[in-house]
Amino acid sequence: MRRAYNLRHVVSTSPPWSRYDRLGRLLLENRLMLEIRRLNVSIGGRKILDDCSLTVEDGEVAAIMGPNGAGKSTLAYVIAGRKDYRVESGEVILNGVDLLALEPDERAARGLFLAFQYPIEIPGVATMTFLKATLNAQRKQRGEAELSTPDFMRRVKGAAERLGIKPDMLKRALNVGFSGGEKKRMDILQMALLEPTFCILDETDSGLDIDALRVVADGVNTLRAPHRGFLVITHYQRLLDYIVPDRVHVMAEGRIVKSGGKELALELEKSGYRNYLTDPDQAVA
Amino acid sequence: MRSALPMVEAPGAAEIEALRPDFSHPGALAQRLVLVDGVFAPELSSAMPEGVRVRSLASVLNEGRADLIALLAPANADGADPILSLNAALMQDGVVIEVAPGARSDDPINLVYASTPGGPSARFSRSLIVVGAGASIRLAESLHVRAARADETFSGLQNFNCLQNFNCLIASVGEGATFNHTTRMTGGEPGGVRVESLIASIGAGAQFDSFALVTGAGLIRRQIFMRFQGPGAKSALRGVSLLRGREHADTTLVVEHAAPDCSGRQLFKYILDEEATGVFQGKIVVDPLAQKTDARMLSKALLLSDTAAMNNKPELEIFADDVACGHGATSGGLDADQLFYLQTRGLPFAQAEALLLEAFAGELIDGLGDENLAEVCRSEVRAWLSRRAPPGVHS
Amino acid sequence: MAAVQETVDRVKSIDVAEYKYGFFSDIESDKAPKGLNEEIVRFISAKKNEPSWLTEWRLDAYRRWLTMQEPKWARVDYPRIDYQDLYYYSAPKTAPGPKSLEDVDPELLKVYAKLGIPLQEQEILAGVERRVAVDAVFDSVSVVTTFKEELGKAGVIFCPISEAVHSHPELVRKYLGSVVPTTDNYFATLNSAVFSDGSFVYVPPGVRCPMELSTYFRINEQNTGQFERTLIIADKGSYVSYLEGCTAPKRDENQLHAAVVELIAHDDAEIKYSTVQNWYPGDSEGKGGIFNFVTKRGDCHGANSKISWTQVETGSAITWKYPSCILRGDNSRGEFYSIAISNGRQQVDSGTKMIHLGKNTTSRVISKGIAAGKSQNTYRGQISAHRKATGARNFTNCDSLLIGNSCGAHTVPYIESRNPSTQFEHEATTSKISEDQMFYCLQRGLSAEEATALIVNGFVRDVLQQLPMEFAVEAQKLIAISLEGSVG
Repeated sequence: MRRAYNLRHVVSTSPPWSRYDRLGRLLLENRLMLEIRRLNVSIGGRKILDDCSLTVEDGEVAAIMGPNGAGKSTLAYVIAGRKDYRVESGEVILNGVDLLALEPDERAARGLFLAFQYPIEIPGVATMTFLKATLNAQRKQRGEAELSTPDFMRRVKGAAERLGIKPDMLKRALNVGFSGGEKKRMDILQMALLEPTFCILDETDSGLDIDALRVVADGVNTLRAPHRGFLVITHYQRLLDYIVPDRVHVMAEGRIVKSGGKELALELEKSGYRNYLTDPDQAVA
Repeated sequence: MRSALPMVEAPGAAEIEALRPDFSHPGALAQRLVLVDGVFAPELSSAMPEGVRVRSLASVLNEGRADLIALLAPANADGADPILSLNAALMQDGVVIEVAPGARSDDPINLVYASTPGGPSARFSRSLIVVGAGASIRLAESLHVRAARADETFSGLQNFNCLQNFNCLIASVGEGATFNHTTRMTGGEPGGVRVESLIASIGAGAQFDSFALVTGAGLIRRQIFMRFQGPGAKSALRGVSLLRGREHADTTLVVEHAAPDCSGRQLFKYILDEEATGVFQGKIVVDPLAQKTDARMLSKALLLSDTAAMNNKPELEIFADDVACGHGATSGGLDADQLFYLQTRGLPFAQAEALLLEAFAGELIDGLGDENLAEVCRSEVRAWLSRRAPPGVHS
Repeated sequence: MAAVQETVDRVKSIDVAEYKYGFFSDIESDKAPKGLNEEIVRFISAKKNEPSWLTEWRLDAYRRWLTMQEPKWARVDYPRIDYQDLYYYSAPKTAPGPKSLEDVDPELLKVYAKLGIPLQEQEILAGVERRVAVDAVFDSVSVVTTFKEELGKAGVIFCPISEAVHSHPELVRKYLGSVVPTTDNYFATLNSAVFSDGSFVYVPPGVRCPMELSTYFRINEQNTGQFERTLIIADKGSYVSYLEGCTAPKRDENQLHAAVVELIAHDDAEIKYSTVQNWYPGDSEGKGGIFNFVTKRGDCHGANSKISWTQVETGSAITWKYPSCILRGDNSRGEFYSIAISNGRQQVDSGTKMIHLGKNTTSRVISKGIAAGKSQNTYRGQISAHRKATGARNFTNCDSLLIGNSCGAHTVPYIESRNPSTQFEHEATTSKISEDQMFYCLQRGLSAEEATALIVNGFVRDVLQQLPMEFAVEAQKLIAISLEGSVG
């Protein structure tokens, strides 16, 4: 089931180095964290990702921007292993492991975390219970001992305080009756507790006011570390003022059409996505 | 239980002719099919919209068209229900309406049940409507109530109305068709018995809606056996019953989801005064194949007197796992806070009550989509409310 | 979808026979001959040395039973029960009557230790001193009752009903059959004729029972019907919480269990009755298992009285059980909280009746049904308000969860209102575990099994919260075991 990333295989089947110089360099330096290779994905017969390729290196914060319908959320879900999608071809490799062969929970245990655009409500399950169950499940998968209750409480309380999450929220059922901002903060809290090596933030800014956005961004920024990668999916430049990316990728019509530094985000803010679409009239604001 | 009355004899030409004035005045219903004592009377009926063919049940049976005859005896309901068995044994006539594929009419076809004068008697009819694929049609059933004439005494009129009606309508709704059905089970009197059965099978992607307004008859039972036959169909069944005296009205539903991705909504409301009894028994059945079923059933009753009663039995019978099904039932009096609020705004108690009751029934009438019919129903509700004894008299 | 598919596959492969209480203990027993007739009724009565009024009471019931028909309205399907092929009385030979703990046959104590039932009077559980008085009923007789002395100081009577017949005849005679009369229904009438033992509780006026009371039922003998009878009386202003647990060995034959429980709450009294029912459910093909036909009813006799039923039903091949409340006293309150889990080929038809007779009576019904495997799970309930029951209120919520596509979940409520000042609200839903919830949990690293268990526990939480703490933990474990195969 779990295929190790075969370097020779990649090199031998890759297109000429000139087009993939960055990939080649990363491979040689062994700094590649996430690699998506020629991913083709459809849902209900409709193609959403079209030969999509992307690399994120160790410790990098990459941003994906693009118009609605470009396939950004699909990419996030496919990386995390949601089943509604049909992966026709391609590979998603995280830290040398092909994720596509794994169940979502196995991907999580390998350090993948997805902050949902719309976090899910789970009635009857107290947030605290949920946090403890997930933390211990992941530790178990990694062969680590379960946390003692006091140790667990200490961690949760510390993280909650930093994110401005009130203790009574932890007693309530997970996400049930939470405001949009509270749900997002709850996701960031989980991110802090689970200590993933790679985080995907799917439109984390949607539905947040500026204060909530700052709290969430601060939460993310404190988690930035040399061996933790981020993929920040967003529609607007606004979030990137707070979470400053190392690289910006433009996604349109199911693939990455342009990559650059953080200045690319500013450029997009001015020119919009029209230049990247084959039929600009199809673009939705 | 009331005893069964003798069956009425088939109407003679003179008796039918005597009814003609009722249907020849300018205000008479258009696109009209009249059954007199359960027998189709083409002479009292009027032109149908394009693409709609009508014949009497008797002629269709004589013709021996196997496809129509098969539809007239639907397997999912006949034999399983004693009232339908009785109807099968005793049906006198009815109409068979064939709507061509793609035919449309925004104005309803009116199916009118008229009776000849005479002693207490029972009548049975069975009708069929076949809605072709992609057609869009409305059908409105109603009971014809003759205005009292100068030569008739009040008691004579009462006697005339003391009838038992057992009508059965079978609907076969084709793929992608829209069929909107309404029935006004109104204008009866304390001795009357009305039992209406509706058996519907709904094709893929079709839409079937039915609405009933029920007032005034000793014993009313409305039963619907509905089956989602093809995937992706939608249906909304609704009804309002207003009962007083010792009236008894029963709504019995079996909604069977036999195909995936269908959505069914049922909402029935009751206002019960004096010694009236309301019954709602609804059953949603989801077959193992019917994944992604979305089914909701709700009944709401307002009891206005100490002696009124409401019996609810909403059932779910689920054999598929990927479904969202639910039912709800509420019964109680009017909301005291709402009444108080309206009174503080200056409305007398009775008026506040009437306002809330009208709103309660109005929620369903407003959604009818046929403004003429909605207005008729609203005025019937208002008329019913205006006959209410002042509060306190019966409690 | 795959995760759910996996769950479904696991449910299909589940062996319900992995019933961990399925052992049989070789304990010599004293049995009445097989079959049922007046002689057997007299034999049982004589064994218990009963007064003549009780013998007559039993015989009356037996004669009535002969004229009755087995009820057929429930959605359960089982082979005909041959009432002449059963033993109606079986007692461990070494336990002629209840004794103190020191005198109990060590073999019997071993059985209860194996079942995890604390018969030692001091049990330290996770640092908390757990004090539950236990009446242990083995086949037809009560073998031991703990904490009797301490309860006695508070004036609480807690003993086997066979003992109460002698020590408190006036109470037994007054209340026995007062809530479930001998004429009530086929199984209750049968029980009245042949009941063997059970628990008796009387809490005097104003006393708050100092500890949880508990009866533990165990069917051990083959072909033996168990017919226990429980009678609990809470006098004015008193409070008692009572727990009931049950198991039986794994056998290929079906075993019949037809119990009757009667509760009486006087003015301002409260009775909380909790059940964790874990009778042997039969194997995955439906072979063996307990037929559980139980009549439980509480009489909220006094003003402001309250009776609360909580049940966790995971066992039995057939469950036919409707713990009910008669809300006779003004302002009385009835509650029914239920978790019914069915797997394999189990059939559950369970629910409640809330009969509102007094003024301003309230009732609340929360039922959570979970069907897996090839099981059928039905909620059947009745809410009714008498014409004089002004101000009656009921809220009913019954939710069903289906795991897999070979099971069925059904809801059959009867709601009858005869009074405009009553407010009845009923809601029911049927659903499966949502894909979104499942994916969210998996994304956070839970396995499909852990996620199912977590979500199911969330689903039943409203009910679990009603259980006494020690029981809630046990019930939570039991839920996971019952869904074994679907939850890992």
